[in-house]
Amino acid sequence: MKVAVLQFPGSNCDQDAFHLFASGLKVNTKYVWHKETSLGDADLVVVPGGFSYGDYLRCGAIARFSPVMKAVQAFSQQGGVVYGICNGFQILCEAGLLPGALIRNSSLEYRCITCALKVETSNASFNPNFLGASVKLPIGHGEGNFRIDEAGLARLEANKQVLLRYENNPNGSLSDIAGIRSEAGNVFGMMPHPDRAFERFHPSMDGLKVATAVLATKFPELLKHTA
Amino acid sequence: MKISVIVTPKKNVLDPQGVAVGHALESLGFPKLKTTRVGKLIELEIEAVDSPEFRTRLDQVCKDLLSNPVIEDYRYEIVAR
Amino acid sequence: MSKAASQQSPRDPALGVAALLPPNPDPLLNQTITPELIRKHGLLPDEFELICKSLGRQPTLTETGIFSVMWSEHCSYKNSRSLLKGFPTEKKGETKDYGRVLVKAGEENAGIIDVGDGWAVAFKIESHNHPSAIEPFEGAATGVGGIIRDIFTMGARPVLLTNSLRFGELSSPATKRLLRGVVAGIAHYGNCVGVPTVGGDVYFDASYEGNPLVNALCLGVLRHDQIRLGKATGVGNPVFYVGAATGRDGLGGAAFASRELSEASAADRPAVQKGDPFMEKLLIEACLEMMAVPGLVVGIQDMGAAGLTCSTCETASRGGAGIEIELDQVPQRETGMNSYEIMLSESQERMLVIVKKGREKEIEAIFEKWDLHASNVGTVTDTGRMVVKQHGITVADIPANVLTDQAPLYKREAKEGEWAINARKWTPAALPDLDAKGVEAALSALIASPTISSKRWIYRQYDNMVQHGTAVGPGSDAAVVRLRLGDAEKFIAISNDCNGRYCALNPKRGALIAMVECLRNLACSGAKALAMTDNLNFGNPYKPENFYQLSECIQGLAEACRFFDVPVVGGNVSLYNESPAGSIDPTPTVSIVGLIEDEKHITRQTVSTSGSRLILLGGAPHELGGSQYLGLCHGIKAGDAPEVDLNAESLLQTFLLTQIKAGRVIAAHDISEGGLMVTVTEMLFTPEVGAPNALTLGAALDLSSLSASRLDALLFGESQARAVIAVSSVVEKELLSLAASVGLPATTIGEVNASGVLSLAKGSIKTQWNVAALRTGWETTIENAMRRPGLN
Repeated sequence: MKVAVLQFPGSNCDQDAFHLFASGLKVNTKYVWHKETSLGDADLVVVPGGFSYGDYLRCGAIARFSPVMKAVQAFSQQGGVVYGICNGFQILCEAGLLPGALIRNSSLEYRCITCALKVETSNASFNPNFLGASVKLPIGHGEGNFRIDEAGLARLEANKQVLLRYENNPNGSLSDIAGIRSEAGNVFGMMPHPDRAFERFHPSMDGLKVATAVLATKFPELLKHTA
Repeated sequence: MKISVIVTPKKNVLDPQGVAVGHALESLGFPKLKTTRVGKLIELEIEAVDSPEFRTRLDQVCKDLLSNPVIEDYRYEIVAR
Repeated sequence: MSKAASQQSPRDPALGVAALLPPNPDPLLNQTITPELIRKHGLLPDEFELICKSLGRQPTLTETGIFSVMWSEHCSYKNSRSLLKGFPTEKKGETKDYGRVLVKAGEENAGIIDVGDGWAVAFKIESHNHPSAIEPFEGAATGVGGIIRDIFTMGARPVLLTNSLRFGELSSPATKRLLRGVVAGIAHYGNCVGVPTVGGDVYFDASYEGNPLVNALCLGVLRHDQIRLGKATGVGNPVFYVGAATGRDGLGGAAFASRELSEASAADRPAVQKGDPFMEKLLIEACLEMMAVPGLVVGIQDMGAAGLTCSTCETASRGGAGIEIELDQVPQRETGMNSYEIMLSESQERMLVIVKKGREKEIEAIFEKWDLHASNVGTVTDTGRMVVKQHGITVADIPANVLTDQAPLYKREAKEGEWAINARKWTPAALPDLDAKGVEAALSALIASPTISSKRWIYRQYDNMVQHGTAVGPGSDAAVVRLRLGDAEKFIAISNDCNGRYCALNPKRGALIAMVECLRNLACSGAKALAMTDNLNFGNPYKPENFYQLSECIQGLAEACRFFDVPVVGGNVSLYNESPAGSIDPTPTVSIVGLIEDEKHITRQTVSTSGSRLILLGGAPHELGGSQYLGLCHGIKAGDAPEVDLNAESLLQTFLLTQIKAGRVIAAHDISEGGLMVTVTEMLFTPEVGAPNALTLGAALDLSSLSASRLDALLFGESQARAVIAVSSVVEKELLSLAASVGLPATTIGEVNASGVLSLAKGSIKTQWNVAALRTGWETTIENAMRRPGLN
């Protein structure tokens, strides 16, 4: 498989995401600059964290208009797998590839802590079987408070689109939602950082497993890391 | 012309900033508040003529970029020529 | 004097307009330089005389502004430079593998140290105290932005930030406002720019009321061949301005009230600079990309305070060259700015780059890629002068080295203040010693006091994990960060320290303690010290007691640096830290960077399992002077600072490192504020990762074998050269005998258990605490003080 990590002006977890895939999961990974109009031969697009365009106006609002996002839209419509982490999740929501929106944390403060997350049993497009009931991943965001209208929430729950929920809600998210997938099952987004949980000295190494759970249905070769 | 675009959180969307400002006002002895909402004011200055077509385009950028319809409402005022 | 200048006809000196320069395009700048104006620019009459002599004429108003900045304490160190010469700037001992100083203190924006294998680190600390006092959010944010620029201008990629903060008492509403603003400002900038804030230190003390200290440190990593210097060389090379446009930022803070300079209303001017971390992030990437192109960049310097002034004359002076710039080419955010305003603007996120002639297109293309502008504003000349033009008219013409090197140096009167002399005479003779109840209450109070308590409320607002290299984050003795060096990796540790209370009582000892404690923290984390950077925060140097403190503290730091062979690679001096109540406690903040040779050596201050033995190294604490216990429980800031024995420190630190490397140490924590009991208690506070820990640790302590004339001094005294380590029972005996063989006092004082109870026995005195309750007090003090209604 080939992974493309997008780079926007202000992306600052691009290296983290790159190394999660390149060093942690040992897959072929490259960067794609936001001005590119093609994703090349990528099988998976990763939208990394950071402060794209300074997160001015709203988080992710400006990045979604980047040339590369047109290509990402087309890619996902053809079933291509897209995975947004933190600011990447915000961008995917702004772009309408995932439902809902992320607003300021209820504390009004940025939070950088490690969270325990409840793993949701989902349908075939998320494979949590080897995760256990709970995982630990760091978060680092000021606007991770997930919001969606009632009907939208009902649809998320009915379709089992919620991937992870906070055990101790750190930001006020509706229904403790930390990560979701699209209805079609090929677009994923989460506020917690698997890209900060894959090295020996990290707070946990659950990032490898979570990324694998998200992607293994489409890319079974990743399962070798959970053996 | 000058355009002021006002973006506010939708009525039923949680507004943590509004909550904080409301509490601060009350702690200053300001009368009890029913609601406090914090939004954004975006000022645009542009060489253009007001027309139905222009308004359509303006509405479009308000929906696409300046506000997020999932959580925000917008309105605008065309203030001066 | 240049030929061109000498051909002009002198103006009537009575008008006070510069004799040999044409009138400034802005008539407002052609006013007489009165004694009043000189005073408002912070220049002394003698200094003005010296300026006239150097120029051979009176300076213009623009030039007066330029001198006022370059000859300020901030740029010239005129009151402290003679003292700073005592610092060692090079390593004396063996530096075969690492530790060599590659760029020395004072030569450049930051010093650089070899970490081996062709790699190096650049680091420096800098203060932003006064801007933070006026506007805490922007003041602190721009402080972070400024220090990051100091690092990447050297060619280094910034990989970590720390900060050292001092506030008044936490109970004061003013402190809460400042703390909230400063922390949010640091978070805003550091988080957005994507450099992790991995550590710091925070003290609360009434002496900082109204005058908080905000010292920010940045460390960057680079290969030796990537080092770039702030030198303008090569006549004819173009000078580029890159980054944000210049506005009237910070002019309200300039010595000369800007209102008098232009008709625009003063209300329109921001008195403090506003930072844009997004712009800084783009600048970092663009500049590093540009510097990676071989031979393209000749010299580079960031623009800090009065950035255009500083960067042009400093690069010219270092390069032994001149620079000529045209202000019309400087990107401007506002219309109608005059030369005074442009030259003194404190706008942020700007850099000056000297590029190889003929390669202008290359730099323009790189900045284009990052949606930034690179503007060609001038050229390198051979005149040795800084020549500034606007609309083609010369508005300033000054020998560059006069600005950078010829500010007068002062040695002010130094005399110790009466307060310190009297305060040191205090002895505990009249103070009743503690009984069991008193011991119980004292630990509960100390562990929950703002200075000792957990700083979680602060550091969870900082992104301390981005770049995924943080191995030990905030909240331990030292932060540890993994550096990715090509395909290899190295671990570095960093620690900040300074107890202003000690420095107020005994400045030299206080400074020595700042150094030895910082070194001890590194040793506890498994690191060997490389080099130090310091931030000297003091009051008005014209007060003899303040200059005495400055002089004594510098001597103390220098003595410790020489003893431990830790060179100083740079720093910052911040004077005039005064509030209506008086000067701050002298605060020579020390930051030391160390190298951990092997990942296995990384050691934390907390234990995570029961069963290990706790060993006190260095002997029983016995001093109460200057302690947090005296301050908190008795309201006393008195006594002498604890004694410092550099040989004992060295013995302890060498032993700690040796034992850590031998794999015998499970956890290590030095004794500092709050004394032995606080140290042991903190060792039981295992970090909670995502959820409460499965078991609450406790410990059974028996101190009966330690001789102590006073119980309070044994438990809460802050004697130096001491640490507590946790080791397994298997190696306990061996470790004790190894300590004995090198002459280091070592005593087993107890054992870690899973009871959730900390118990203490000392002869007939017996008492105990619930560890969970202690932890709650420790963790929530600042959170509770800062809680806002309705928010969680």
